[in-house]
Amino acid sequence: MSSSVDDQNSTVYHIERGSQGTLMKISDFNLWYGKSQALFSVNMEIERGLVTALIGPSGCGKSTLLRSINRMNDLIDGLTIKGKMTIDDQDIYSSVVDVIALRKVMGMVFQKPNPFPMSIADNVTYPLKVDGVRDRRILNETVEKALKGAALWEEVKDRLKENALGLSGGQQQRLCIARAIAGDPEVLLMDEPCSALDPVATAKIEDLIDALRGKYSIVIVTHNMQQAARVSDNTAFMYLGKLIEYGETSIIFTNPKVDKTMEYVTGRFG
Amino acid sequence: MEFNEPGKGQQILADTDGNVITQASTSRQRSTVWDFKARGEPFVWSLGAALAIGVLMIVGFVALILYNGILTFYPRPIEVVELRGGDRIAGDLIRSETFLPGTDNVADPDSSAKTIIDNKGLSKRSLLRTGNFDLYNDDFKWVFDDEIVSKHFPKDILFIERLEWGPFIGSAKSMDLNGQIIEGANLSTDGLEKAQDEARSRRLRIYEIERTEIASINHYLEKARLALRKVELRHGLESPEYKAELEKYKAETETLNAQYQELASEAAAIKQMDSRFTVNLEDVNGKPKTLPISQITRLFTPNNLSFTERAWVYLSRWYEFLTQEPREANTEGGVMPAIFGTFCMTVLMALGVAPFGVVAALYLKEYAKQGKLVSLIRICVNNLAGVPSIVYGVFGLGFFAYVLGGSIDQLFYPERLPTPTFGSGGLLWASLTLALLTVPVVIVATEEALAAVPQSMREGSLACGASKWQTIKWIVLPRALPGIMTGLILAMARGAEEVAPLMLVGVVKLAPELPIDSFFPFVHFERSFMHLGFHIFDLGFQSRNSEAAIPMVYVTTLLLITLVFAMNIASIIIRNRLKRKFFTGHF
Repeated sequence: MSSSVDDQNSTVYHIERGSQGTLMKISDFNLWYGKSQALFSVNMEIERGLVTALIGPSGCGKSTLLRSINRMNDLIDGLTIKGKMTIDDQDIYSSVVDVIALRKVMGMVFQKPNPFPMSIADNVTYPLKVDGVRDRRILNETVEKALKGAALWEEVKDRLKENALGLSGGQQQRLCIARAIAGDPEVLLMDEPCSALDPVATAKIEDLIDALRGKYSIVIVTHNMQQAARVSDNTAFMYLGKLIEYGETSIIFTNPKVDKTMEYVTGRFG
Repeated sequence: MEFNEPGKGQQILADTDGNVITQASTSRQRSTVWDFKARGEPFVWSLGAALAIGVLMIVGFVALILYNGILTFYPRPIEVVELRGGDRIAGDLIRSETFLPGTDNVADPDSSAKTIIDNKGLSKRSLLRTGNFDLYNDDFKWVFDDEIVSKHFPKDILFIERLEWGPFIGSAKSMDLNGQIIEGANLSTDGLEKAQDEARSRRLRIYEIERTEIASINHYLEKARLALRKVELRHGLESPEYKAELEKYKAETETLNAQYQELASEAAAIKQMDSRFTVNLEDVNGKPKTLPISQITRLFTPNNLSFTERAWVYLSRWYEFLTQEPREANTEGGVMPAIFGTFCMTVLMALGVAPFGVVAALYLKEYAKQGKLVSLIRICVNNLAGVPSIVYGVFGLGFFAYVLGGSIDQLFYPERLPTPTFGSGGLLWASLTLALLTVPVVIVATEEALAAVPQSMREGSLACGASKWQTIKWIVLPRALPGIMTGLILAMARGAEEVAPLMLVGVVKLAPELPIDSFFPFVHFERSFMHLGFHIFDLGFQSRNSEAAIPMVYVTTLLLITLVFAMNIASIIIRNRLKRKFFTGHF
């Protein structure tokens, strides 16, 4: 509790290293929406197989950073990027990278559950449909595996042909997780996956994240600090587009090294 | 007025330590009287009034059409009126009105004067449909009330609908069935009806010979001539190919002409036979009329009908209207070709406009870079909807018929020239012209529908590794389909009732052939066709007898509205099914 935040480009690091090594490296990453800069020189490493939480007050750039990882920001007009982001030492923003192939190694779960207006089974097999898989046997196996993986199988196994929009909000979000893992990705990106859900559904999702730990590298954006504390291994605290502190979750929440982090996690502002 | 209830006149506040402090209200006194302006009460009323006026106009219009359209075919009683001069007039009452009589309307000034003075100078007159156009050169007559000596409804008076000259009203004196004379007490309405049934089968046989069998011979003759002309155009008059073809042509025409002669003589024989079956009629003034029985389409005694007989006449008239071809300059018979033409044109138009509109909107909304150019295009599309429809008609005639159709004729049908095939108005060009006219509606509706697809769904699909095209194909388009259908419904409703451009690009008063028949290629897009909207215009404004046309105008309008309504209902049902599929659940 000694470093000062006034020092513009200093991030304090004390991250927990996973057993499987580093998956992603983000170095000196800057991002502008038109003229206004949203991310300032972010440097961080994401560990393979661990859960990394991004926290910070609204507008701090955590969602922007998350959506930069699978290039969802490409849809926005007037976006400028400077810096480097690599996954398995491959540059995500290199001109030779196929965005579609890139997104296939990264499943994404959004703030609001967004199942497609089709049957539960078709929702889960959508990533396979995109790849042109037509084999019934493979599709059926995937449906069962992904729904079991998302802890939804028992609830929906008898109505796989029903419209997914008939599910409850929490079930819809778990269906979206099933959809995200059906394509067998390496990374799961979660953008405030529980913000539209009630506490019971939230608890189920959190249990699910815990169960998925190790199988996938998970990056989760959350507003809920208890949630970050409960599910993540590493936590990154962002403020006004800058990465302030990035380290072991237990330290961030109990004994952060930066005053600003302390103020945020204890609820003084945000 | 002072209000001392806590919480209204006073404010309860809590300070930072949680102690409740009470503050006296220092603000202005609050009025407890209703503030109409603030509640927007006058505004709400005027909204309601505007809605009421709109609904009233629509309901009034539909009720007028329904009332007149539904009653037209109901058999009305025939009244026989005896006038002062000794003349009699028989007919069914169309309407009555009061009017200011002139001296020539008053038969007997002395006795009439009192009634007219009693009525403040007004007198009454009634319009009767008297029929018998061939006898009096008139089938409607105004009857002035003070000319009337007596009025009665004879039970045995006959109402006879004929193929020509409109209805006959009077009585039957005798019947000549191939020399067998039936008259007096032996002549009954039932007997007449039976003779009419037999006569109808003869008439239908003649019709079949002339319209089907001889028409098909003509078709093959024309085909042979075109084949010969084709060879002539390709190889020249002196070539051996032409000479060989000429031989073939001669042989073919010879057999066809022989068949034609055979059929023509068969028809002539039946006609000869048919002319021996006649009925001698007499109107209420004793004027005689001899009529071939086969000319009668329907006969009944309107003053002596039971309810079921009345219903039967009513329904059989509707059946005739819906299934027969028009007669007597369209004022009688049916409108089947017009129904068929309207339906074919609307369906073809929908098939034409849907892909163009949807594809254009997809590119504009999803792929084109949103900038000045796209805005300009959008403005142009919207303005296109405001171009007068007759301008589209001129464009359709000039571009589709003359330029496109003319080129098609030059390329594919040179042997038929100078008779145009696609080079004049026809079903295809009319449909395409209307498709052009309605494409802005579909584009605007589709763009709206695409914009209404939630961004979260597109993102969800893209995040699954789908390409933009896959996302549009599997997520965006299905979800936007109900909105697109709405646009299509609007376009169909607009297109089906459009008349002005059609008059230039293929609609005719009387089409000799339907666009679909049994000759290859079965669907003839180049043919001109009949259209209910134009039929209404033609009946109302172009017919010889406007009084006779009025009820037909109502019935045809009713039919057109019903047809458009039915097509809309069908599309709405499809749309709602789609909506149920895409719009349930928690959002």
